Amino acid sequence: MFDLMREALSFLPQDLVTVLVIISKITIIATPILLSVAYITLLERKVIGYMQVRIGPNRVGPRGLLQPIADGLKLIMKETIIPTKANRVLFILAPVLTFIPAITAFAVVPFDYEMYLSDVDASLLFILAITSMGVYGIIIAGWASNSKYAFLGALRSAAQIVSYEIAMGFALVGVLIAAGSLNLIDIVRAQEGSMLHWYWIPLFPLFVIYYLSGVAETNRAPFDVAEGESEIVAGFHVEYSAMTFSIFFLGEYTAMILISLLTAIMFMGGWLSPFQGIPMLEEMFAFVPGIVWLLAKAFIFLFLFIWFRATYPRYRYDQIMRLGWKVFIPITIVWLLVVGVALLVDLGPWFD
Amino acid sequence: MLENYFPVLVFIVMGAIFGGAPMIISMLAGPSKPDDEKLSPYECGFEAFEDARMKFDVRYYLVAILFIIFDLEIAFLFPWAIVLDEIGWFGFIGMFIFLLILVIGFIYEWKKGALEWE
Repeated sequence: MFDLMREALSFLPQDLVTVLVIISKITIIATPILLSVAYITLLERKVIGYMQVRIGPNRVGPRGLLQPIADGLKLIMKETIIPTKANRVLFILAPVLTFIPAITAFAVVPFDYEMYLSDVDASLLFILAITSMGVYGIIIAGWASNSKYAFLGALRSAAQIVSYEIAMGFALVGVLIAAGSLNLIDIVRAQEGSMLHWYWIPLFPLFVIYYLSGVAETNRAPFDVAEGESEIVAGFHVEYSAMTFSIFFLGEYTAMILISLLTAIMFMGGWLSPFQGIPMLEEMFAFVPGIVWLLAKAFIFLFLFIWFRATYPRYRYDQIMRLGWKVFIPITIVWLLVVGVALLVDLGPWFD
Repeated sequence: MLENYFPVLVFIVMGAIFGGAPMIISMLAGPSKPDDEKLSPYECGFEAFEDARMKFDVRYYLVAILFIIFDLEIAFLFPWAIVLDEIGWFGFIGMFIFLLILVIGFIYEWKKGALEWE
């Protein structure tokens, strides 16, 4: 498809064509993400609705299917309020700063054997680095708003995010030990074999900690003290309205999709078929493209995000910090040593 | 090698556009009827007083410092994790001693109550 595009545009300078091809690839990746963010909001409201024996949105379009579009239009048509006391430049910049890291991380996410934007050798390092930048947007939003609630919310969020970032980083190191590569494509290839070759078995504690840290990192329930409505109204984005608010929202949901995809890639075999290595079923499902498996796995984790929100009451702040520092970090450090030993003694089907 | 990073750079620029463009459209499309009350910082039931940029708990600062130490440690572990298979037991024991020193520091923090939030 892109070769065709290159040919059709061959009258343009070569470099320009390359840039155009990259831009169209990015559009192909980013548009479905933004659309799925819109529909995850609907899914979330529907699922939580049914879990609470309600119906959820059902007025706009058939079964409420046009609700996200109506919401988006409404948010665009609302007034953008910039408080007089706020620092205007930073106030506007902050939402974009939380959104860019979340979406840019998709540049190195492999969707299938040959389906990725760029094959960067240090892709996991890149993801660790770029997702860490997200906290700046939150701090800047809280500070620039010049409002007490925003300031407190930003401090809480930032402290929570950086705490869980450590547990997350340690979990990533475990994956690196097992796969011996920073490249996400190589990490998936290293899990080839069967469902039992995936890293969720040897790295099980790291898998659970990575996912839960991801929930805490995105400030989702039950770790959403930063925006505990009854306490500090909405946390760092209390002063934001209209589209400036929605960009925060977009960033948060994009980060959720990213965490789900990364969990699927690093611990659940990415695009590999779950029936690999099982005689009959493998051939039966051979026609399913890898991206379908990847998206199906990621969807399970996305659904868990929503399920958690409907099930668990909010944690208290000191409990959150205790879980991050006193439970997750010690467990990850111990398990890193376990994985290191397992690698050096060439344990099982995973570390040969 | 480096050309692999070029799409990433383009993606960052595109990300800024995806984030910035809706905000600009919304500012142009939405109404703009500011008044004093609407533009004042949020407060519940009374006029906002004091500067919002107030003193805050030193523990947030402490968390930030601890974060730097541990994050550096992770950055330090990354190359080690990749080549562990090649450097074998020698590399493992070397890193074990390094981690041990850090864990001693961690236990000290813990006992000192730096991780307590009441």
